[in-house]
Amino acid sequence: MTLLEFRDVHVTYTGSRGRIPAVRGVDLKVEAGTTVGIAGESGCGKSTLAMAVLRLLPKSAEVRGEILLDGEDLLRMGWGRLRAVRWTGASIVFQGAMHSLNAVQRIGRQVAEPMLVHDKDLSPAAAAKRAEGLLERVGLPPSRTRSYPHELSGGQRQRVMIAMALACDPDLIIADEATTALDVMVQAQVLQLISGLVSERGVGMVMISHDLSVLSAVCDTAAVMYAGRIVEQGPAHEVFAQARHPYSAALGAAFPVIGDPAARLRPGGLAGDPPDPARLPEGCSFRPRCAVSVERCGEESPELLRIEGARSSACFVAQEGEPVVIG
Amino acid sequence: MTADGPTPAGGAPAPSAGRRPGSAARERGSSGFGRYLFKHVSGAAVSLLLVLFSSFFIFRLIAGDPIDQLTKERPVSPEERAALRAELGLDRPMWQQFWDYITGTLTMDLGDSFQYRRPIFDLIVERLPATILLSGTGMVLAVLLGFWIGTRSGWKQGSRFDRGHVATGLLLYSAPTFWLGMIVILVFARYLGLFPVNGMRSPSTPPEFWPQALDIAHHLVLPVLTYTAVVYAGYLMIMRSSILDEIGNDYLTTARAKGLRDDQVRDRHAVPNALLPTVTLVFLAIGGVVNGSIVTETVFSWPGLGSLFVQAIFYPDRPVLQALFVLFSASTILAVLAAEVLYWFIDPRIRKS
Repeated sequence: MTLLEFRDVHVTYTGSRGRIPAVRGVDLKVEAGTTVGIAGESGCGKSTLAMAVLRLLPKSAEVRGEILLDGEDLLRMGWGRLRAVRWTGASIVFQGAMHSLNAVQRIGRQVAEPMLVHDKDLSPAAAAKRAEGLLERVGLPPSRTRSYPHELSGGQRQRVMIAMALACDPDLIIADEATTALDVMVQAQVLQLISGLVSERGVGMVMISHDLSVLSAVCDTAAVMYAGRIVEQGPAHEVFAQARHPYSAALGAAFPVIGDPAARLRPGGLAGDPPDPARLPEGCSFRPRCAVSVERCGEESPELLRIEGARSSACFVAQEGEPVVIG
Repeated sequence: MTADGPTPAGGAPAPSAGRRPGSAARERGSSGFGRYLFKHVSGAAVSLLLVLFSSFFIFRLIAGDPIDQLTKERPVSPEERAALRAELGLDRPMWQQFWDYITGTLTMDLGDSFQYRRPIFDLIVERLPATILLSGTGMVLAVLLGFWIGTRSGWKQGSRFDRGHVATGLLLYSAPTFWLGMIVILVFARYLGLFPVNGMRSPSTPPEFWPQALDIAHHLVLPVLTYTAVVYAGYLMIMRSSILDEIGNDYLTTARAKGLRDDQVRDRHAVPNALLPTVTLVFLAIGGVVNGSIVTETVFSWPGLGSLFVQAIFYPDRPVLQALFVLFSASTILAVLAAEVLYWFIDPRIRKS
């Protein structure tokens, strides 16, 4: 069952520098009970895409296309219906839990708040009880409901965010760099918690990260974004093990492999910066940083096409069946 | 001294230790609250002592020999001058006068007024209720009005509501109080004849409680209106900028994502955070209730401490000036101290676990 579907979604910011396309035509499906990872550098549009789902972008952002949640187009919903869908249909685990929590409100109240907003019959005492239960599920003592955000560690705050995201039993959870700020041990705990939730409750999950090791550990499918577009998509372990787009290959190579001496000597990373979204290059937007580009890449922009099985790539070279990595 | 309200440009004192991470970290000691309290109480005590000392010398420096002023335009013999000097206690050595002043002030014996020849303590007790009634009412209205409008103004920055209220508020804020007071008197008292022009009660009112209360309320309207109109814009601008500081914050996006209505996001999340830095300001306002509005009291001949102060300047009544200076300063210092103590309880970030 398709839970969330992006259909040709475009997001354009209008600012002092004119119109800046942040997301340019994204098609993506999230099935219930699966996790979809979205990878890419900062500024590639992945967080914008996440915020577009619940229409949390600033007024300066124009969103086109369709975002269907359970078949219902979120972009054409009335405000009342949208508010009802927020947190019950889909919830978000925000990045930077320190700032995403209200500093002067106790944890328990913040976790219970969406329950009370969406269920008018629920008593505050019952909501508080449920908030305690949620904290217990993410491994925090129920007494923590009386704490303020600054009294918790970064990992505990991130777990509070996850507990909060579960408050209204949403069908879809969007985790936006949910583990990026955590140290590796805590990150592992949180990831385990998240994947446990997906498998036991059958929720759909969108996991946004620039950390490929995180995505490959948790996700079923992965989409790699570059300059506002999905450039490669497929089963997560395949995408990261054997990239079919030179950008995904570079992203994978940028991470060192622990214990592999060859990895230290191999040229990792990628020269240059991602393109300025206000002035995208002609043709394929990755061409200026690409080692395998051909003449055609400067003339037209490649579409995301299926190349084999469940894998798609927006690279002419890969679509021809040629390798995208030199050597 | 004549704190008629905060300055809109944020000239009011910085919002205390509450938001400074450095000082918050320093409080993380073993007995948190005790040390926090001691630090602020000792600071306030030092300020109070400085005020006490400087009050004695300032008015001796700026006003000349009181005997000259008390006897001016009257022929007096040197014997009469000496008698007057002895009566007022001015013939004694300076250090003794200073000692009497300090011990007297600390025991609530503020000496006698030159002008009224009565204990200053009695004068203050007599006039304090009138001042508290006028500036207390005005201050509460100004803070409520300013914060209410400021919240909505900042939340919808650049809207017609925002532009209209900022323009109106600043226009009134920049209007001189005496000028605005006279306009108010002209319009509401002279032309429309709705309210009395000055004083606090009419002599013809029956002495029973309700007629007296209604009469005082009737007299109170115009001065409070003037006072509030001049002062509220300061609170408006400060609440507005405090809200603007919160607007881009992530926790508001979280609140919105949870499905809260826009006004719920504003009132439940943005306002409590925006109010924190304004607590000092509100306490300054409470402290300012005692010194009241000197200009408003003068324009409306309101029998409070403000008009007592003005009379004392013109007389000049040095002991009264001295006592009021100490009283006005002390009320502000104690209000700020109260705000610092309150921060401990309302800003969870000050007391670290």
